[in-house]
Amino acid sequence: MAEALLSLRINGESVHAAAPAHWTLLEVLRYRLDLIGSKQGCDKGDCGACTVQVDGEPVLACLTLACAAAGREVRTVEGLGWAPEARDGCHPLQDAFDRWDAAQCGFCTPGILMSAEALLRKAGRVVTREEVREALAGNLCRCTGYTKIIDAVVDASAMLVGPREQA
Amino acid sequence: MPEQDSTDEDVARDEVGEQAEVGEQAEAPEPELVRWQLGKSHRKVDAMERMRGITRYTDDIKLPGLLHCKILRSPHPHANILSVDVSRALAMPGVHAVLTGADLPVPYGVIPWTPDETALACGKVCYVGDGVAAVAAIDEDTAIAACEAIEVEYEPLPAYYDPEEALAGAHKINPYAKRGNLSKDVVLEFGDVEASLDGADIVVEGEYYFEGTTHGAIEPHCAVAHVEPNGLLTVWSATQVSHYLHRELAKVLGRPAHTIRVIQPPLGGAFGGKSEPFDLEFCVALLAIRTGRPVKCLYTREEVFYSHRGRHPMRMRYKTGFRQDGTITGVSARTFIDGGAYSSFGLVTTYYSGQLLCAPYAFPAYRFHSTRAYTNKPACGPKRGHGSVQPRFAIEVQLDKAAVELGLDPIELRRRNDIGPEGVTVNEFKIGSNGFLECLSRVEAASDWGRRATLPYGRGLGIAGSTYISGTNYPIYPNEMPQAAVQVCLDRSGRARVFSGANDIGQGSNTMLAVIVAQELGLELDDVRVLSADSDLCPVDLGAYSSRITLMVGGACLDAAQKLRRKVRAAVAKRWELPARRVTLIDRKAMDLEDPSRSVSIVEAFQWAEADHGLLGEVGNYNTPKDRHGSYRGGTIGASPAYSFTAHVAEVEVDPDTGVVEVKHIWVAHDCGTALSQRIVEGQMEGSAYMGFGEALMERHDVDPGHNGVHIGPSLLDYRMPTFLDTPELHALIVEAPDAQGPYGAKEAGEGPLHPSIPAIANAIYDAVGIRLDSLPFAPPRVLTAIEDRLVLEHAGELPTFKVGRGRPELASKRAAGEVA
Ligand code: FES
Ligand code: FES
Repeated sequence: MAEALLSLRINGESVHAAAPAHWTLLEVLRYRLDLIGSKQGCDKGDCGACTVQVDGEPVLACLTLACAAAGREVRTVEGLGWAPEARDGCHPLQDAFDRWDAAQCGFCTPGILMSAEALLRKAGRVVTREEVREALAGNLCRCTGYTKIIDAVVDASAMLVGPREQA
Repeated sequence: MPEQDSTDEDVARDEVGEQAEVGEQAEAPEPELVRWQLGKSHRKVDAMERMRGITRYTDDIKLPGLLHCKILRSPHPHANILSVDVSRALAMPGVHAVLTGADLPVPYGVIPWTPDETALACGKVCYVGDGVAAVAAIDEDTAIAACEAIEVEYEPLPAYYDPEEALAGAHKINPYAKRGNLSKDVVLEFGDVEASLDGADIVVEGEYYFEGTTHGAIEPHCAVAHVEPNGLLTVWSATQVSHYLHRELAKVLGRPAHTIRVIQPPLGGAFGGKSEPFDLEFCVALLAIRTGRPVKCLYTREEVFYSHRGRHPMRMRYKTGFRQDGTITGVSARTFIDGGAYSSFGLVTTYYSGQLLCAPYAFPAYRFHSTRAYTNKPACGPKRGHGSVQPRFAIEVQLDKAAVELGLDPIELRRRNDIGPEGVTVNEFKIGSNGFLECLSRVEAASDWGRRATLPYGRGLGIAGSTYISGTNYPIYPNEMPQAAVQVCLDRSGRARVFSGANDIGQGSNTMLAVIVAQELGLELDDVRVLSADSDLCPVDLGAYSSRITLMVGGACLDAAQKLRRKVRAAVAKRWELPARRVTLIDRKAMDLEDPSRSVSIVEAFQWAEADHGLLGEVGNYNTPKDRHGSYRGGTIGASPAYSFTAHVAEVEVDPDTGVVEVKHIWVAHDCGTALSQRIVEGQMEGSAYMGFGEALMERHDVDPGHNGVHIGPSLLDYRMPTFLDTPELHALIVEAPDAQGPYGAKEAGEGPLHPSIPAIANAIYDAVGIRLDSLPFAPPRVLTAIEDRLVLEHAGELPTFKVGRGRPELASKRAAGEVA
């Protein structure tokens, strides 16, 4: 099988990988770069478990050819803990999910975190439950009934804004 | 060991009553339990690494030289296999091995009495998707190409898609079936049902149809196998029952169990869909043996739908007798169950469809006749609320119909039939604690039920109740060993290690074990390491099914933790020269209860205990009571140590012009005995209500007879699972009626809370627009047709105008008028 040499920017670093030219970004992340945080739940764009960010926007990695990500800034769940707003390797969203028990099996969670991070970054303020629902409508979770995820995202948005702006 | 002896003596000297501290007998009672960990909200012991992308699920395992397996599947619903030619596939570059049915001919089944499937089809295929051959190749693309190169000659046979047709049909579907296409038939009668119905003031009759639904865990099934040169076979699998997989692997591969190690890596959801062995586990194991290389198989989402084992379709005819005051006189049920091509847990399902329904309401008389048939469809099995979600729908709608007919409030009608605590059901199951009445009161208050009387046309509230088991008293294969065992060790750094065979499937069982150990040994959850579901390192556990883990594995863990607690307290008491009853372990300290200023760090306390006893390790066991079931054949099936209780109120808005039902709120009150960890219990209740809601409104798992039995939509787009936008506001209300059988009184919370969601929604739809939907799902075309039918009858004067004067919409009335005219 013809392999292509890919040069990608992932979580702020340059990486190179050889992979079949038709591979998706998800396959390259998981099976070439061992960035296994992005999950495969359907491989056809239906579940959102593979959500990563490309140039800051949530994107389904299972529907994105790896070569199409070349020259763009890819961010995966592994990079969340290195963000400036993270503490001790843990992003405020991850901390809120942990406090709310918003991850049951956790398989949907990396994708949901990447969609939620984009929402909070763009909003820059405390978000409403309705906004969370809309922003995460493309991410399925089969365990939680979504309630605690919404709780956690709203809570994290408050943490990110900080006590001063909240008041 | 003089050390040991002197410890005993010292403690004995402290106080005669404290001899038990170091012996095997029960401990002298401590002052009241300080719930310093119990019932709090906890960060789960394993969530953070999942959220950081560090946890390796099965598909994340990397091994050198990994080969990829793909399974060739039948395009026919029913056919004899005349020949399979794998020569072209084998000759392809990159293909390492090919298996067919003849390589794995030993039949297996999760229920030992019904071994009726083989890893790959032997001689015939029984549904579209049946595995026929398996390939191991250098990569997935090569394996797929090799599958396409396998030539299979089929002789198609007539296919059956309906259980009653299959029972009457001339062709036997499953070659191992003993009686045609009958999979299981159960008839049980308690009391004089005919007399109870004859003597009733009203008899409500209904026919209900529950269409199949599937689990939809986001992680697809996956398995990896690897063999060491010494013959040790390791199988990693996304399973929820490692032990049954282990047993069946030994049987089918013909290897002693001790040469096989089964590891369940962290799991991405299961809901019953990973409760039995699947073809991929046997295939990767044998392919690894044949090739000497590690082999992985990851199902596509389409394969997950075809392997199914989900909720059985059931057609249920119910007769329920009532007195004027709303009390039930008797229940009669006739149920046909569509089993699909294999038994799976079907023997149990058939019993459960009748046996699990005898609470929370007292029936003086009850008869059920359930018949499970084989059909040419993906096999059905256990899905969250195994066997009882379908009949619960029927029973709770029957109650609602009776309440309307008798002019009673449906909550009041349920109260009048409450079986209460410490009772015995009509089928002789002993009920322990029962918080059902409190569940009813909680949802009544939280939903502001009183406003129901004035809600306008199109809006409604509905109620339903249920009960569920916390594990079953008898295991799947008869044996006299304990039903659960856990090993706990302490070390001198102030840490505890828990070894448990239990499968954490996302429900939080690892955290539950950590909470118990932390509670007993004065630790924080961060101090507890839980190692689970590795058959080489952990004691056997029977698995994550029938909601058994909190009660049984939790009970075993508490047993072990309490033994260690006694040792640690005794060691501290000895050094402080106090009776051990004054010593408690809390907050990473050992503390004198009568002088809290006196304390020592838990690290030092553990070191004292290790000095006295040597390495600190204990095993704990839990065994089920064997005197709480029926005295008749089948009377053990469905009997549980303890029962949970649930009530839901659903609030709906029905659009009479489109038939779209919007569920606004579901209030879930659930008696889980004692909540060991608050948010985890709430999460189980919310997830359950969500799942039932999806089944009520949108999910359909079925095949299309018009297209040769292919699945109607084997994708997460076509199989509509509720999204963030669809899901109602879920309100979890924890009710605690502690049960003597459970650790600290805990019962289950993972399955019970699903049951009432479907009938509560059905009853709310009636309350909104006056229509009964006795078939699932409540999709817009079905709802709209029923609304229009009712409007026609109303217009013709054959039915009263529903909710007259309460905002009847213009358009719907006009359309009905138009149709009549
Ligand atoms: S794996 Fe990409 S959307 Fe499901
Ligand atoms: S936590 Fe399991 S799918 Fe979302």
